[in-house]
Amino acid sequence: MNFTGLKKYMPLLKELIRRDVKIKYRRSFLGFLWSVLNPLGMMVIMTIVFSNVFRSDIKNFPVYLMCGQLIFNFFNEATSMSLSSIIGNAGLISKVYVPKYFFPVSRVCSSFVNLLTSFVALVIVIVVTRTPISWTVIFAVFPVIYVLLFSIGVGMFLSAITVSFRDMIHLYGVVLTAVMYLTPIFYPITMLPTEGTLGKVAMIVKGNPITNFVEMLRTTVLGQEIPSLWQHVKCLTPCVLALIIGAYVFKKLQDDFILKL
Amino acid sequence: MSNQDIIVEVNEVSMMFRLYKEQVKDLKGYLIKKLKREISYEEFYALNDISFQIQRGQSFGIVGVNGSGKSTLLKIIAGVMKPTKGNVCIHGKVAPMIELGAGFDFDLTARENVFLNGAILGYDKEMLKERFDEIIEFAELGQFVDVPIKNFSSGMVTRLGFSIATIVQPDILIVDEILAVGDYRFQEKCEDRINAMLEQGTTLLLVSHNMDQVKRMCKNGVLLSHGNNLVCGTIGEVCERYESL
Repeated sequence: MNFTGLKKYMPLLKELIRRDVKIKYRRSFLGFLWSVLNPLGMMVIMTIVFSNVFRSDIKNFPVYLMCGQLIFNFFNEATSMSLSSIIGNAGLISKVYVPKYFFPVSRVCSSFVNLLTSFVALVIVIVVTRTPISWTVIFAVFPVIYVLLFSIGVGMFLSAITVSFRDMIHLYGVVLTAVMYLTPIFYPITMLPTEGTLGKVAMIVKGNPITNFVEMLRTTVLGQEIPSLWQHVKCLTPCVLALIIGAYVFKKLQDDFILKL
Repeated sequence: MSNQDIIVEVNEVSMMFRLYKEQVKDLKGYLIKKLKREISYEEFYALNDISFQIQRGQSFGIVGVNGSGKSTLLKIIAGVMKPTKGNVCIHGKVAPMIELGAGFDFDLTARENVFLNGAILGYDKEMLKERFDEIIEFAELGQFVDVPIKNFSSGMVTRLGFSIATIVQPDILIVDEILAVGDYRFQEKCEDRINAMLEQGTTLLLVSHNMDQVKRMCKNGVLLSHGNNLVCGTIGEVCERYESL
């Protein structure tokens, strides 16, 4: 990847992010407010379903749920949008030279703007449910940054692969559904048995990077604790791996994009 | 002539495309074909060992019939494609006008597109802000600044694209057939602007099928045919050969 043009093209990254954010809510009445309303609405419905139908005994379920939801929804939106970012900008890529990794990165970043706005919803829920919080919430920036880095890596990988294998567009939806159930968004991780076949599932859930990001966010908000060093290791390792693999695959394939678009 | 005066160097550039007989676009099909060793393709050279040099301040025409490799060559010079063999050296800033408004988002307004497209071309935002009125005035879009460009006519989009691309004085201006669109009056206006740039030392690379225009605007040129360099010299020689093809 050629980072020399980075300074020259930095304004482009900003413009691309601005465009995505603007386009998303253009011509809707409530506009950007949807970034807050959407997670709130989802949370209300899921809280009703899980506290009445499934009798979940998680303490402070709305906040617990929302921590998982915000992180997973960001990952979901960011990676599925970057998946099609190269094919979606085919017209541009075949006519002007621009650093190509800007397309997946800008998509992840515009979803990130959305995530930051959605945190207003979390604050609302914390205030309404009178959840006690402490100064440890400032450590919530760590899981947020980790999930951003991880999504950039995954996004670069997906966008590059999708150019030659368009099946990814359809396959990735299935993968995301699996990731959703393998992340303890609305169930407690302790619910999973540690032995037998389900024990293996628990292993996957615990190894799932998204789980670790969500758990760290809950540690800072609900647990009122500072994340341990071990938690940081568990979060940072997948980020670094995703970034290295994503950047490597992208660099390897990027010169062939134009021939396959 | 010293080496510094050469602004574009095209050294033995070849561009090969693979023409697959069967389109394989999914994993399963690919694996089956790969195992059976049925993936076959023809090698197609869109450009074959092209070399030439362009001096600073020169206006250079690239002519040839359809499919002779003109646009591929321009894309390689603009850095959009990498050649299979050979290399291109550019000593200056390039403003590619291979297609006007390539980076336009049709849901955005003209105002927003000026900044988006400007950023794509690598222009400075402050400069764009300063010269915004000038861009809009040249494109003659005064009252449509805040209208989404999906509602524009194709001529209006082209005018806006040209106006943004030529707001700064580039070292090398690449123009691919774009002057064919727009009405007669606007074409003249574009030509005037390009001529003004040439006077100030910009190098022009022009692709056109309009031989009168090429003769009028260029001094030197190259004739391509099936990816081969037929003639490279003064525009008179090039056009003569082209017309006798």
